[in-house]
Amino acid sequence: MSKVLRAGVWLLVALAAAGAFARLALSRGETISAAWLLTAAVCSYAIAYRFYSKIIAAKVFALDAKRATPAVRLDDGRDFVPTNRWIVFGHHFAAIAGPGPLVGPTLAAQFGYLPGIIWIVVGVALGGAVQDFVILAASVRRNGKSLGQMAREEIGPIAGMTALVAILGIMIVLLAVLALVVVNALKSSPWGIVTIGLTIPIAMLMGIYLRWIRPGRVLEASAIGIVLIIGALYAGRWVAEQPSLAATFTMSGISVAIAVMVYSFLASVLPVWFLLAPRDYLSAFVKIGVVAALAIGIIVTLPPLHMPALTQFTDGSGPVFAGKVFPFAFITIACGAISGFHALVSSGTTPKMLDSEPDARMIGYGSMLMESFVAVMALIAACALTPGVFFAINAPAGVIGTTAASAAEWARTAGFTLNPADMEALARQVGEQTLLSRTGGAPSLALGMAQIFSNALGGGTALALWYHFAIMFEALFILTTLDAGTRVGRFMLQDLGRHVWEPFGRVSWYPAVVLSSALIVAMWGHFLYQGVLDPLGGINSLWPLFGISNQLLATVALCVGTTVFIKMGKAKYSYITIMPLIWLTIVTMSAGWEKLFSPEAKLGFLAHAKVIEGQVASGALPAAIKTVADARRMIFNDYLDAAVTIFFMVSVVVILAASLREWAACLRGTKPVVSSEVPFEAVPVAGD
Amino acid sequence: MTSREILLETRHRISRVADVVRRIIGVPDYDRYVAHTRTHHPGCALMTREEFIQQRLVDKYSRPGSRCC
Repeated sequence: MSKVLRAGVWLLVALAAAGAFARLALSRGETISAAWLLTAAVCSYAIAYRFYSKIIAAKVFALDAKRATPAVRLDDGRDFVPTNRWIVFGHHFAAIAGPGPLVGPTLAAQFGYLPGIIWIVVGVALGGAVQDFVILAASVRRNGKSLGQMAREEIGPIAGMTALVAILGIMIVLLAVLALVVVNALKSSPWGIVTIGLTIPIAMLMGIYLRWIRPGRVLEASAIGIVLIIGALYAGRWVAEQPSLAATFTMSGISVAIAVMVYSFLASVLPVWFLLAPRDYLSAFVKIGVVAALAIGIIVTLPPLHMPALTQFTDGSGPVFAGKVFPFAFITIACGAISGFHALVSSGTTPKMLDSEPDARMIGYGSMLMESFVAVMALIAACALTPGVFFAINAPAGVIGTTAASAAEWARTAGFTLNPADMEALARQVGEQTLLSRTGGAPSLALGMAQIFSNALGGGTALALWYHFAIMFEALFILTTLDAGTRVGRFMLQDLGRHVWEPFGRVSWYPAVVLSSALIVAMWGHFLYQGVLDPLGGINSLWPLFGISNQLLATVALCVGTTVFIKMGKAKYSYITIMPLIWLTIVTMSAGWEKLFSPEAKLGFLAHAKVIEGQVASGALPAAIKTVADARRMIFNDYLDAAVTIFFMVSVVVILAASLREWAACLRGTKPVVSSEVPFEAVPVAGD
Repeated sequence: MTSREILLETRHRISRVADVVRRIIGVPDYDRYVAHTRTHHPGCALMTREEFIQQRLVDKYSRPGSRCC
């Protein structure tokens, strides 16, 4: 292709992106097609990948196919294995994509689709994909060092220690909030409970198969597993249709929460081959399959978006979570735009698999664009619901009441339409007793997906099966994150605890294993329990905490990235990491500040504690809080949430201060600018 | 091609696809480990398949870098 033609094509792509964004931004009052969101996203990704990621690849790191990667130099047939780039891409994508990019955009749809789509697309191009790529490239140049190690070696020991403790804190909040999403999706849903419950023995069966019957035949075992979970889907429906059985399997939020905690504890202490590994294989297949199916479904049906571009809730009066569009849209959507957690994956398994340095661009930057696309699809699924239905599912009972009639009345006053009979019919259609106040994002996403799937395949008769399939898919990989996360958390806790009491750190000493696992489950379980009891729905306070903690980790990653740039002598390109760093600092600090000190009880932890303290003092507790003991526990939890927020904010300040000192020393010349990269070693010539 | 050749060719292709899928979902690759150790570290003792898989899985689920939210 001639140069002119190529420039022309890229100009057209840019114009298409700009045009689609203009159409989205200027739309007022009419429903528009999802095609506009897709065009805006995909064309922007193409431009960002082609031009912006190239600057990082060529100018900053000067990625070089002739420079041997750690996988090539240190090949050990185990950790370090040079691998085809498409395989690494798939592996990396499967590792970074979880429930995060599905839930965040769904919740953020309360502001309308516009804030969500802008942040997802701009955030990923200039922030999230940059972070993943930079950390991957930096780690590849340092023999696959982890983020924690790089923070310590590049910035300093204080930053390194803060990063380690922060990672543990983030794990706890992450596990709690994801568990809450599952609990809200499964409570009072016999169908869901039976289907998800059956996935546990199915995984164990696969484990036994892989260990004793046909060792190592993972694909066979997975195929059997997939057939069995489809059977579990039908078994769930059968149970839900038998009134007596359905009653047995109808569990309250608290019972589901306890079951999830017990499950995660057991999964983390049982041998990995028995439950964790087979479940992970199953979840990887289901994940990739559903993401692909959702993409096809959306492209085939191009659903109209019923949610307005902006709702009246941008002023902070929204029922799904508290707070104005700034900063809370940027906290609510972390995964999909920028997710600090990815920096752990980019400096974990992936850098040890890269066959050739330039692959880092496609794998680091490219798979994050894919994840961002998943977030766009979740946003589309949420906005394809009518606003009345969306809010009836996602608003807590404290706001919309407990009947379809009260929800419809709330919707009317908010300016949306919702027919109570339709809402009840919809619940019956998907095989649930109720869809009201099923907060956490999973049920509304499942409904959105179910509608897309059943429309794509013609006819709405299979809506219930698709809905429960979607719930199963979300729950399956949330539980996979919970059990694996609990196990990882246990190892991190043992590693930290070993400094206090040596035997606690012995990973094969059973009492230490049980104690540390119990401690981790107790920590996230506490937040989960509090969230389940919270009359405001729990997601309201936990999801922002998760967002803040995830963005804190991104701050660490971007500080490491900037330091790496400066020490490579590429300070003039440090705007690439400093831009998102400044934005994230502003966002996390202002969101943290508001969660702490906002005078609104709905938003500020301290103000909320004060209101309840007043109610306890005057003896006038609202109906949702039954006893004074409950009220005191809520007050304690408010202070705990406040303390966690302060911890995250202080961590941001510590990391930033340490980084600024290091940068100043390098730039002023008081510290020699030496890159800690492993020196160049050429790729061995074939035949050597 | 004879039908036997077609059958072999198809088998070969399926096994290659299966190999790609296994590596994407992160199944421990025992054969590669054996091949690697034999070529590069001839004197070294080999783990059995079971030991190798166990060691890889335990390692995978003890680090925060293998999964995300």
